[in-house]
Amino acid sequence: MRRPTRRNPADAAFLSLTALSSFSVILIVIGILYVLVSESSLAIQKFGVIRFLESTDWDPVKEQFGAATNIYGTVVTTVLSLVFAIPIAVGIAIFVTEVSPNFLKGPIGAAIELLAAIPSIIYGMWGLFTLSPIMANSIEPFLKKVTANIPLVGLLFEGTPMGIDILTASMILSIMIIPFTASISRDAFNLTPGVVKESAYALGATKWEVVKNVVLPYSKLGVFGGVVLSLGRALGETMAVAFVLGNNHRVTTSLLDAAATITVTLANEFAEADKDIYLSALFYLALVLFVLSFITLAVAKFFLLKAEKKVAR
Amino acid sequence: MKNIVRVILTIAVVLSFSAVAGAAETLNGAGASFPYPVYSAWAFDYNKVTGVRLNYQSIGSGGGIKQISARTVDFGASDAPLAPTQLNKDNLLQFPAVIGGVVPVVNIPGVKAGVLKLDSEAVCKIYLGETKHWDDKKIKSLNPGMKFTHDEITVVHRSDGSGTTAIFTNYLSSVCPEWKSKVGAGTSVNWPVGIGGKGNEGVANYTKRAASSIGYVELAYAEQNKLAYALLKNHAGTFVQPSFKSFEDAAATASFDPKKDFALWLVDAPGKDAWPISGATFILLAKEKKGSNMKVVKFYDWAFKNGDNKARELIYVPLPQSLKEKIRAYWKAAGIY
Repeated sequence: MRRPTRRNPADAAFLSLTALSSFSVILIVIGILYVLVSESSLAIQKFGVIRFLESTDWDPVKEQFGAATNIYGTVVTTVLSLVFAIPIAVGIAIFVTEVSPNFLKGPIGAAIELLAAIPSIIYGMWGLFTLSPIMANSIEPFLKKVTANIPLVGLLFEGTPMGIDILTASMILSIMIIPFTASISRDAFNLTPGVVKESAYALGATKWEVVKNVVLPYSKLGVFGGVVLSLGRALGETMAVAFVLGNNHRVTTSLLDAAATITVTLANEFAEADKDIYLSALFYLALVLFVLSFITLAVAKFFLLKAEKKVAR
Repeated sequence: MKNIVRVILTIAVVLSFSAVAGAAETLNGAGASFPYPVYSAWAFDYNKVTGVRLNYQSIGSGGGIKQISARTVDFGASDAPLAPTQLNKDNLLQFPAVIGGVVPVVNIPGVKAGVLKLDSEAVCKIYLGETKHWDDKKIKSLNPGMKFTHDEITVVHRSDGSGTTAIFTNYLSSVCPEWKSKVGAGTSVNWPVGIGGKGNEGVANYTKRAASSIGYVELAYAEQNKLAYALLKNHAGTFVQPSFKSFEDAAATASFDPKKDFALWLVDAPGKDAWPISGATFILLAKEKKGSNMKVVKFYDWAFKNGDNKARELIYVPLPQSLKEKIRAYWKAAGIY
């Protein structure tokens, strides 16, 4: 049956208003992309694409710029923070959905959400004034001592422990992304049908076996999507790491060395970039990050959709 | 109900009037963050005396130059002087407003403020990474009688782009040819060694925490954080303390030239007691906007007359009298004073 043709004018206005709101989002994204490309055109012309991505130069005085050190720092801190965060986040999600008694679920959930609500600048200040001295005085010297004689692993902990380095930055990042990974994993675990779990219990499976053989396989795509979303967040995080990463444009093997991420470089150098090509190179970096984040989010969406489809079937 | 409406209407009318009045009496400026505290302190007092408001946004020198070139503000502010050629290109006027100093600070166990003596070569070699230990021959010869242990020097520099770094690297470039060819000067540079702290507070924090370290901060931060500053050998060959006196001597003996729009890095000044690492921060005006320029100039003229003590309170160095007179003549020549 067709809809009645006579429409309420308020209804039409409402519909066009919602459509307008949605299109404005698309317009804004395109607008941002346009500005990034046009502002970075000078640097794109001078350095090209491949050369800019490959070059480890970052010398504002001699006007030589490359993104490699920034991309390297971004990838290393992000991956490391995921390594720290995933086990804890998945553990939290399992505890809340499967293990915890009901009266604990509320407080733990609230605590996680609170963690997500803390502004990142506060993480940054806390990192600089509290975490970084602890890292420099206790944790890093310990790691250095333990790994000193292990080949290859020892390389990861070379140099003077200063607390301003990849390791500290990754720790802070991991604390920041735990709430995201945990809450998405929790939602994914909740999608496991109760019937399946109960059947497993009925067959005499223990809690551990149920989690390992039923819940995790059922929800792994959802968890993976959550991980990729957190990855997107870690990629773009700025203030929390700007204080403890040192903005050092070098590729280093040691986790105790300072480094630079794309966002840290932008936050540190944008305000005082006094040459056109310098400013343009910074915009170019921003464009690289934009593309990186876009790809990450697309991958995350792909897996989350797949997970939902699987459940729907 | 009626009363409420009346009250709201009255407020609205009053607000709109004051907004109109305010718009006529507000000066908009943007730029360097380093002089922000002193500009706002001056603006607060100036507002009490004249009713004129100053709205200064400390968005960084780069932003200040961009904003005034695009003519979106009444004045721009930059820690780095623009060269006369660039000023001509963008049709700008430029004059210094206040002076700040950069001080090397160290953290060596047992070494108090004002004890360690360094010269340009020593500072340069340390920041190039060539001098690696405090018991280096060069440092020992500058400090006879002092005991040094064989500790590795931790070099601390700024991680963010800043006017402080620009002043410091200009100093190194002007006194040390090797620095000039290898690294150069700018708001951020490609540091050969060291760790980066964000802001003066970051550098102060790292210098305090790392043993046997050296950093550089603005004078105010060195004082507030009770950091052990070093004495520096200046151009005339004297070891000087960082103090108002040595900064003022630097400013008085430096050759600020109105014909070059005062474009000058205040480093390695020739005065006998001059501190070698300091810098003026500059105001930029759009040449063709005579009306608003006169108002901005009026403010700075007032600040030059009445603001010196306020500046010292905030640990900025006021311009010496002779330079103020030169600036007034420069304003007159431009027809805005």
